[in-house]
Amino acid sequence: MSGTAHPGLNLGAAHGKARDRSEKGAFGFWVFLMSDLIIFGILFATYIVMLPARAGGPGPETLFDLSSIGAQTALLLASSFTYGMASLSMKHGGRRAPVALWLALTGVLGAGFITLEMRDFIHMAGEGGVPSRSGWLSALWALVGLHGLHVAAGLLWIAVMLALLALRGLNDAVKSRLLLLGLYWHFLDLAWIGIFTIVFLGGMA
Amino acid sequence: MKDDRRSETIRYVTGALVSGVLTLLAFWVVMGPDLARPVRLWVLAGLGLAQIVVQLRCFLHIGWHSRREDLQLILFSLVLLGLMIGGTIWIMGSLAVRMH
Repeated sequence: MSGTAHPGLNLGAAHGKARDRSEKGAFGFWVFLMSDLIIFGILFATYIVMLPARAGGPGPETLFDLSSIGAQTALLLASSFTYGMASLSMKHGGRRAPVALWLALTGVLGAGFITLEMRDFIHMAGEGGVPSRSGWLSALWALVGLHGLHVAAGLLWIAVMLALLALRGLNDAVKSRLLLLGLYWHFLDLAWIGIFTIVFLGGMA
Repeated sequence: MKDDRRSETIRYVTGALVSGVLTLLAFWVVMGPDLARPVRLWVLAGLGLAQIVVQLRCFLHIGWHSRREDLQLILFSLVLLGLMIGGTIWIMGSLAVRMH
């Protein structure tokens, strides 16, 4: 079959077994991503319902720092792009070093995102914006926190893939896992678009 | 979609650039001009949706040529998502109006 086999970057026909293997895995992984999307969707709905439920607690004006949010957005978008470059050097180059390099760069950018996000959470807690303060804050911490946990899990996955690359090289199993990690990582950037638009920019608009 | 290295690289670069511009516009709408809040929210929603479409296309390579069951999975999830988010906001909004 020529053309696209599943949504996401497809390994070309030249990759033989790795390509067949990745097709089965990719469908299952899309099922996971879509159920994850439902969880995020429900948390978004909860957040919007909870918007007026401030209970006299602190609001967006005191808690949000848009320049930090902008930096986080830039870091995550850049990391999505560098992951794309890792996928392409896997597909077209097939050498281990460039893939590992782009992957490591993605990890560094992701770690920068998490660092800024943690700083923001600590700042919010310092201003009295803890999750137990109001319904709005519970929904906010649940939604943004879940995304942060996803990014942290992604960083762990990147570290594992870097170790596998170093130990085993670009074999078929590593290739198909890298494709799935790519779907996961791009998906996290999609979820972040919703978060910065609805939660942060919407809160300050 | 062509899948030689050059055109695939161009697709990622385009996706990143367009996403960057849409992000900048979204931040500018909130921090820059003096607009009414509903106008800002509608513009933000449009920019966010546009960026999601761009990233689905350029980073996740979703297109009409995707295999049928994958595409159906994605579309079905979107329908569920729309029902659940739309339904929640509708019901809870209506409840809030009636309680006041």
